[in-house]
Amino acid sequence: MASEAKEFKWVGKRTIRPDGIGKVTGRDRFGADFALPGMLVGKVVRSPHAHARIKSINVDKALALPGVKAVVTAADFPVLPSEAQFVGEGPVNMWDLSRNCLARDKVLYDGHAVAAVAAVSSDLADQAVALIEVSYEVLPHVIDVDEAMRPDAPILHEDMFTDGVNPKPTKPSNVAKRVEFIKGKVEDGFEKADVIVERSFTTKPVHQGYIEPHACVVNCGEDGQATVWSSSQGQFMVRAYCAKILGWDISEIRVTPSEIGGGFGGKTLVYLEPVALALSKKSGRPVKMVMTRAEVFRGSGPTSGASMTIKIGATKDGRITAGQALLKYQAGAFGGSPIGPGCMCSFAPYDLENVEVIGYDVVVNRPRVAAYRAPGAPIAHFGVESVVDEIAKKLNIDPIEIRERNAAREGTQTHFGPRFPIIGFVETLKAAKRHPHWKAPLGENQGRGFATGFWFNIGGESSATVNINEDGTAVVATGNPDIGGSRASMAIMAAEVLGIDVDRVRPIVADTSSVGYCFLTGGSRVTFATGMAVVEAGRKTVKELCNRAAKIWEVEPDQVVWEDGFARPASSNVGDFEPLSLAAIAAKSARTGGPIGASTSLNAQGAGAGFAAHICDLEVDKETGKVTVLRYTAVQDVGRAIHPGYVEGQIQGGAAQGIGWALNEEYIYDDKGRLQNPGFLDYRVPVASDLPMIDTVIVEVPNPRHPYGVRGVGEVPICPPMAAVANAIENATGCRMTALPMSPPVLLAAIDGEG
Amino acid sequence: MARVVLTTELSRRFTGGKTEIEVDAGSIRHVVRELEEAYPGLGKLIEEAGMIVAIDGELYHDPFLEPVGADSEVCFLPALGGGRSAVR
Repeated sequence: MASEAKEFKWVGKRTIRPDGIGKVTGRDRFGADFALPGMLVGKVVRSPHAHARIKSINVDKALALPGVKAVVTAADFPVLPSEAQFVGEGPVNMWDLSRNCLARDKVLYDGHAVAAVAAVSSDLADQAVALIEVSYEVLPHVIDVDEAMRPDAPILHEDMFTDGVNPKPTKPSNVAKRVEFIKGKVEDGFEKADVIVERSFTTKPVHQGYIEPHACVVNCGEDGQATVWSSSQGQFMVRAYCAKILGWDISEIRVTPSEIGGGFGGKTLVYLEPVALALSKKSGRPVKMVMTRAEVFRGSGPTSGASMTIKIGATKDGRITAGQALLKYQAGAFGGSPIGPGCMCSFAPYDLENVEVIGYDVVVNRPRVAAYRAPGAPIAHFGVESVVDEIAKKLNIDPIEIRERNAAREGTQTHFGPRFPIIGFVETLKAAKRHPHWKAPLGENQGRGFATGFWFNIGGESSATVNINEDGTAVVATGNPDIGGSRASMAIMAAEVLGIDVDRVRPIVADTSSVGYCFLTGGSRVTFATGMAVVEAGRKTVKELCNRAAKIWEVEPDQVVWEDGFARPASSNVGDFEPLSLAAIAAKSARTGGPIGASTSLNAQGAGAGFAAHICDLEVDKETGKVTVLRYTAVQDVGRAIHPGYVEGQIQGGAAQGIGWALNEEYIYDDKGRLQNPGFLDYRVPVASDLPMIDTVIVEVPNPRHPYGVRGVGEVPICPPMAAVANAIENATGCRMTALPMSPPVLLAAIDGEG
Repeated sequence: MARVVLTTELSRRFTGGKTEIEVDAGSIRHVVRELEEAYPGLGKLIEEAGMIVAIDGELYHDPFLEPVGADSEVCFLPALGGGRSAVR
């Protein structure tokens, strides 16, 4: 249970970040920075076609090239059954994942990996890639979700029969599954409505845009043990997927995580690691593989693009009577778009009687989608929050006010089933309304938009070890790559429990053989779930410290209490003992039973949901369609901010990515389905000079299931920006934008009445 | 009796459209067992699909032994990721 309101010594403090110096001095080792003696360079042969049957692969010329040590294709992987694994951000079908790492029978998108080589130099590896002869039968392709759903669309998987339809279809299609969530009767709700708005929207797939490309170094030893150093969001995820794809035992693989240069969900899958392991096994040499930026875009997962229709009805007093959504999400080449969460998040901020949400997961000839901050939710929120804004305008009700009148709160039954426990949506809306930004004056051609968002946040399995060093310092080992400041949070929570200064706690991210299992870094779970394990391990350690003090004082353990980093007699009746510091007890640990420390493994339950509300001011250049974001305020319930600086950074990062999604980012394909902009020059993410300082407001409605009240933080801030920007553009221009990105030519066409 | 709330999708497939079912069970393990007995295939699907369970509004990942109160509300939700069906 959350602790009573009290002053914390470290929780909530802006401590110095443990990863800061290594990053600013360039000394941290990222995925591409590892090297081993005798290491080979691995490179991938990728499909130039969006959809084609592989007739043959001839590797003879490549293998004959001096210096080439190994070539692998899908034939080097076992054929896996169609079965789900639950080690990534969502369930992943191993049949699909294996074929995504190396295509078998068919290539399904431009950039799909077909084969890989390992050679003694980068140049030789490039030459070997060019010598591999792949014979293709080019097939018709489809990259648009609506076109992929047509009966006459090219079929990607001849054995795909839509799941979730009863009776199950007998004809294959590109619709992997249909999902639905229904509460009440929307027909009745629309009958009661005084105003109804229905609009269709589209969004484009966008990449997570992490700066560090996928990279790994692997080594298969003569003893049958393999070691992997890689940049990922979960060393245990990499281990499990590699073992499954290669048909090896998990115990044969040890994975050490590198420092990570961004992931945002995109590094919750494997691409290179199983391929590199197969090359290393074949060659008997270590192998290093690093994607180019173009390979990242062509071969790794963006999030879904979508097509959707949203319909909302409300009475004159602003009470929403019905909400209806039809969501169609692109999954890329294999089923697995985040359609389920998208459907569930769509109307989650609101307490509605009548809701109908139907979703489709649709395969197209694009890279397989990967998770991206709050997978699925931002897309649905773009549609729903745009329509809520339009309803508010029609009814002449303040945009925050209409949301307050319909806001979900504790006890609200969601359209996907559960009632909300303690949540902070109302408090978040109130904080936004109070903020001076909401009432600040606007200039000519300027507009203000408001939108909200919801994300579940998750818990799951985590482990932590706390070891007390002989000088009284401590090491906290956990198994989650630090992508958002989790090491600082782990150190803070451990210091709080142990009662020592935070700079005496060294947090580390351990490899798969050195700490207990941790589910990956994703779902905004680490500070909540792994933090819970740290607190529990810290408490066990404190108990042991009290035991040791009791031995030193020759009293019973229950006669000792722990306060502010010191063992003290529980009462004056115990005896007249000077308090023992943690360092003093540690110094005598050999005499009292040996090293002091504790480990905890748990399955953290009761993650608290996150709500966000964003205010965006922007100016539109009506001659060019260019949008300049002038001011941006992001308000969010975080439960309790363990390290406010990192929390603010997460909120700012999510808002910045959402603004990029709204205004600029898109994949551009030619008529053959080949990606035309696989680089940051042509795929335009916002940079610092594009954005104002993003103001953040931290709302704290503690999650009662965490010792310090933590809720996940990293995902929900990307949910509101697209609608906040669209609503601001409408406010500035009168143009309701329904397609992302709202780039200058698109907006200019709308302003000129051509959109 | 605990109240189990099913999605319309699950109810259409297994319970003839009934979205709320009362079960006499003390833990999630027993809830799933009761559902499988009453609606063959439903408990198995819940076990295999990696569904998330909400007990009185709180989300549980892969629960098994978690207690369920006599007045509890139990909801089964799809996993929070994408994912093509394992069975094709």
